[in-house]
Amino acid sequence: MTSIHETPFFQMTDICKSYRLGDEWQPVLKNVNLTIEKGEFLSVLGPSGSGKSTLMNIIGCLDTPTSGEYILHGRRVDQLDENQLSTLRNKEIGFIFQSFQLLPRQDALSNVELPLIYAGMSVQKRRQRAEEMLCRVGLEEKLHHMPNQLSGGQQQRVAIARALATNPSILLADEPTGALDQKTGRQVMGLFRELNDEGRTIIMITHDVGIAANASRIVRILDGELSEGVAEDA
Amino acid sequence: MLKESLRMSLSNIKANKMRSFLTILGIIIGVMAIIALITVMESATGEVTAQFENLGTGKVTVQANGTPLRRGLRETDLKRIEALDNVSGISPSLSQNISVVWNGQLLEDVTVKGNGYAYFRKNLNAVEKGRPLVPVDFDQYSRVCLIDSDLAHSLFSGVDPLGQQLLVKGIRFTIVGLLADPDVDDVMSQMQAMGEDGSLMMPYTTYMRLFGVKGVTGLEVYVSDSDRTNDTVEDLEALLDECFNYHDGSYSVINMEGLLDVMDTMMGLMTNLLVGIASIALLVGGIGIMNMMLVSVTERTGEIGLRKALGAKPRSIQVQFLMESVILSLLGGIVGVGLGLFVSKILSNMMDIAFVFSPGAVALGVGFSLAVGVIFGWAPARKASNLNPIDALRSV
Repeated sequence: MTSIHETPFFQMTDICKSYRLGDEWQPVLKNVNLTIEKGEFLSVLGPSGSGKSTLMNIIGCLDTPTSGEYILHGRRVDQLDENQLSTLRNKEIGFIFQSFQLLPRQDALSNVELPLIYAGMSVQKRRQRAEEMLCRVGLEEKLHHMPNQLSGGQQQRVAIARALATNPSILLADEPTGALDQKTGRQVMGLFRELNDEGRTIIMITHDVGIAANASRIVRILDGELSEGVAEDA
Repeated sequence: MLKESLRMSLSNIKANKMRSFLTILGIIIGVMAIIALITVMESATGEVTAQFENLGTGKVTVQANGTPLRRGLRETDLKRIEALDNVSGISPSLSQNISVVWNGQLLEDVTVKGNGYAYFRKNLNAVEKGRPLVPVDFDQYSRVCLIDSDLAHSLFSGVDPLGQQLLVKGIRFTIVGLLADPDVDDVMSQMQAMGEDGSLMMPYTTYMRLFGVKGVTGLEVYVSDSDRTNDTVEDLEALLDECFNYHDGSYSVINMEGLLDVMDTMMGLMTNLLVGIASIALLVGGIGIMNMMLVSVTERTGEIGLRKALGAKPRSIQVQFLMESVILSLLGGIVGVGLGLFVSKILSNMMDIAFVFSPGAVALGVGFSLAVGVIFGWAPARKASNLNPIDALRSV
């Protein structure tokens, strides 16, 4: 008998991903092995072209690996179909993008409600939940502001609130401070650390060593190969 | 989920008001044309049918000029026609203009008609005062007549004409009734030649004997069951063939019911043709919707990617976009129906015909636009739902 404690929370074993380029298969990820414990704050550090976006897509269940095994929240996800992946993303992954990705014609509240719509939550419940999340990120005054009425930092907070809305097992952030100035970036990182202190598992993809240093653990990716710890030759 | 898709679609249509309006203009024009055409055609058909019915349904008009050897129908022939199945009566159309004398006054130009008993049975309002002609008048060649109001005015100013006797061709006739003025709408009675000084009506039997008429050339045959008119016409034609020895062109039978059927078929054909032409506008409108939806999918690639990343299934994306095109074209359809009814109301006023509201046309217009929305929205919605979320997110 296996219990949830015996199956890993997050485990990638020999993940490979290749893309077809003309007649040849171009390997982008080479035998990636990665285990993450619940409550970790992990940075994936790598320059552009290192395969970190591909890794993020696979972690975020937007893409499936060519080979290898991926277990998320005690469940194998590398063989799921499109609909199952949609459900999984909705439940388990909270995306935070570099460019925020807010719907421009909808206010902060509606933007945060978006994943809850696809979770099938009732109107009243999801409104309440979205409000809670916006309060959590300190935007209780901006519930009905449109994205273009908010600063970059505030927009990213809305996006974080949206990522938190379905209470996912991991927050997956892709260069979350890439479009922000230094000061705002530091504030967002502060919020990340707070969330991590509350027990949230965070995976952050970045090319910035300074930003990566906010995490409790750093892995490096270079030419599709993953290595543990802070490499000296950054 | 459907409600959410509806809300999202509406908000997107609202965000692109001008573009949405221009897109549905094609649908509006197409549906408007269909509604206006069908409604006006139905109104016109109703009008023409009503006029035809005034001319007389439930009766068949026979023109029997006969052969050189045998002109018209004899009294015995008329009796045989009257005895046919489904024939409720006959009324020969006999008339000529002649002078009439009363109390020393001479009226030069009076139309004298010989009518059948069936005429009075079919036209219950024909007699205004006095009595109609009854079967016994016909059997006994009675010298009685009815006069119309023109003749009454010309001859009897201030005197009650009932019971008066006047001379027709030197024979004394008693006036037993006054004819009502014919219905203004009754085209048939208006078409009949009228003498300047009015007209007088007597039993056709009396008329034939008085004027020495051997053959009746004009005849109206009344039927009891107008649904069986066509059968009766066949019987009638067989009888007439026999009477005139199968001589070509010796008679003609005009069946109003048959004419009405032909006209209905023609109008229906015409309507279908016009609606077919108007449907081209709808097709063009549908292509417009498809074009806009494709543009919209391209524009909103990033949004689609985001929604998918946040857990939208391909199906939800498809429903959302399909909903949008259906709402657009349905909106166009509803506006088109409204405008179409408005236009046909104006047209029917201008053409002076009764406006007939056609629920079928409205259902057709709404149904067509709904179908256009689904058919032309399908491919763009499908395209949106098949977008790869990674590519879609990268496009922003």
